[in-house]
Amino acid sequence: MAVATGKSFASRFGVHIAVLIFVAIWTVPTLGILASSLRDKDQIIASGWWNSFSSSTQTEAGRLPPASAQVEKDGKFVLAGNIFGDAAARNISAFGVKSAAPTQYPAGTTADLGDGVTLQLNADGTFVMSSPKAFEGDRGQRVYYASSAPPKFTTDNYNTVLFSEGIGRSFMNSLTVTIPSTVIPILIAAFAAYALAWMRFPGRALLIAVIIGLLVVPLQMSLIPLLKLYNGVGTFFGVPSKTYLGIWLAHTGFGLPFAIYLLRSYIAGLPREIMESARIDGASDFEIFVKIVLPLSFPVLASFAIFQFLWVWNDLLVAMVFLGTEGDQIVLTAKLNALLGSRGGDWEILTTSAFVTIIVPLIVFFSLQRYFVRGLLAGSVKGG
Amino acid sequence: MAAQILSAIFVIIIGVGGCVAYFWGANKLVDLIFPSRGVAGAAAIDNLRRQGLVRPWLFVGPAMIILTVYLIYPVVATLWLSFLDRGGQHLVGFANYEWAFGDREFRNSILNNIIWLAVVPAACTFLGLIIAVLTDKIWWGTIAKSLIFLPLAISFVGASVIWKFIYEYRGEGQTQIGLLNAIIQYFGGQPQVWISLPFWNNFFLMIILIWIQTGFAMVILSSALRGIPEETLEAAVIDGANPFQIFWKIMVPQIWGTIAVVWTTITILVLKVFDIVLTMTNGQWNSQVLANLMFDWMFRGGGDFGRGATIAIIIMIAVIPIMVWNIRQANKETGGH
Repeated sequence: MAVATGKSFASRFGVHIAVLIFVAIWTVPTLGILASSLRDKDQIIASGWWNSFSSSTQTEAGRLPPASAQVEKDGKFVLAGNIFGDAAARNISAFGVKSAAPTQYPAGTTADLGDGVTLQLNADGTFVMSSPKAFEGDRGQRVYYASSAPPKFTTDNYNTVLFSEGIGRSFMNSLTVTIPSTVIPILIAAFAAYALAWMRFPGRALLIAVIIGLLVVPLQMSLIPLLKLYNGVGTFFGVPSKTYLGIWLAHTGFGLPFAIYLLRSYIAGLPREIMESARIDGASDFEIFVKIVLPLSFPVLASFAIFQFLWVWNDLLVAMVFLGTEGDQIVLTAKLNALLGSRGGDWEILTTSAFVTIIVPLIVFFSLQRYFVRGLLAGSVKGG
Repeated sequence: MAAQILSAIFVIIIGVGGCVAYFWGANKLVDLIFPSRGVAGAAAIDNLRRQGLVRPWLFVGPAMIILTVYLIYPVVATLWLSFLDRGGQHLVGFANYEWAFGDREFRNSILNNIIWLAVVPAACTFLGLIIAVLTDKIWWGTIAKSLIFLPLAISFVGASVIWKFIYEYRGEGQTQIGLLNAIIQYFGGQPQVWISLPFWNNFFLMIILIWIQTGFAMVILSSALRGIPEETLEAAVIDGANPFQIFWKIMVPQIWGTIAVVWTTITILVLKVFDIVLTMTNGQWNSQVLANLMFDWMFRGGGDFGRGATIAIIIMIAVIPIMVWNIRQANKETGGH
């Protein structure tokens, strides 16, 4: 018995550990960019983001004052001061005078530089360099030192990307694309879904089959003909071919099969008695739809709205084909893709931009997760 | 920018208002033309029947028009374009298809797509199933599921930046700021430029999609697992089955249908994967896939619509079996309604 309890305790403990590992793998990557976006940009390249809270060590170079600053003292010529000047002091751990050995001497020791010249550099940055002969030249001695800087967090990166890298503008563009593209399909799909669920007319079964077929048609099939169509319309009417109106309609079209499918399966499941008693009371289909079906369908409408919102906000392909790549049209995902090319190694820009890009979906997702999951289940478990 | 926001608000009002006006107006019009109230009995019944003939089409009309323009017409047009030259002017027969199967880049894409198809749906389903089973047993399972589910809300481009930062490589002697290389170095290994390692880089790109989609598989499978009748599990325990036998022989067979749905959904997603490859490598170092190759040909050198359309058709052909299966399943389910 004792053995059995021990075993079950061990296995339960194992489950906790296993889930913990999975959770870590699934959250740590996102934490990485959040932490980095808040760090000082010099520290991002000096140490990994997991060291955000410990001091980072950097090797830097500085120059001592020129010969004109020397004073004669006890028959020796001395240069003294602080290597950081007026800047904030950092903690120096080691120093050197050759670039090949920048950390040759520990801080606080006196280094013998030959010919009787000595240099002492302390942890707080103060130095004393002395020589039996007068220093010459107007360029001071080059000194290398390893200093550790305390962790520094800042919102500067957000200021930079939002206002000078164009992410702020792209954010507005993304909203401009997303909101109409989410709202417009809902009504169109709801009416169609009601007709397909509760009205009898020839060809209904065929229409449902077509919509289920269209659910899986790859977007790629639509791109080239629509691009040609848009270009043709643009030339014919002398208007630009890449417009917000164009992408709103495109997203509406691409979202409709899923919208109709999702709404239809929900509306078809509403109790038949309600519809019939309303009909007996003399209500027309239009009245039934507006007064009964629409209010009852609120949960599924919310599910679809969340889906479509996330889809459109996160879309890159449709935006790259149907919208321009200039400042007044480029959306967040396309901007982020462009930054990956132009600012490849500037992680303070990339991590911050990425976080701005994902923050809206994350908020929507967390606040409305219930509806999202319900839509997911309705959309794929039934029929798929 | 203010003008842009105003125009967006204007469009929402026009769009929604237009829809409401259309549905309401069309409905009123039908009532006016075929009045059913205030006319004699026989005529009223006659008009009600006529209303019943017209009204469904008013309801599905707008959706049908949009679906036709944005999906049905393009499918036919793409098929036609795949037999035309780069500008879509002259018929070239199967020349585009011959080009495709002789092209090194295309063959590389097909090979990579096959690897993606073999790995990603399997990995997502398997991991999703394991996590669903494990999280069901612990008190903080809901929180754990939420966190694992979270990447599903992140765009592919955002996820690519997140993972590019993990794979980041810095030259020898520099501090590794990419998590993966830092871990490798900590254990005494040699840091690598992961995304340009031929062949293996495909797997580093796949990890991103697996990371995003496992949450999807987990949620669907978790709800299916809840639907398994308790008695079957209890009977298995009484018969002395061990946890592995319960999992493989009792649970998995009962949710087989759901596993198939998850698998096919992710398969379709994999066939369309584009953003991840574009942002991580843009097809360099032998990591090209069909969807990105197609996008490339749409614009390369002014655009070759014939070749682009051909690649789209190849993707479509891969989807058709799933499409047929879906329609059959749906027909079986809605057969009674």
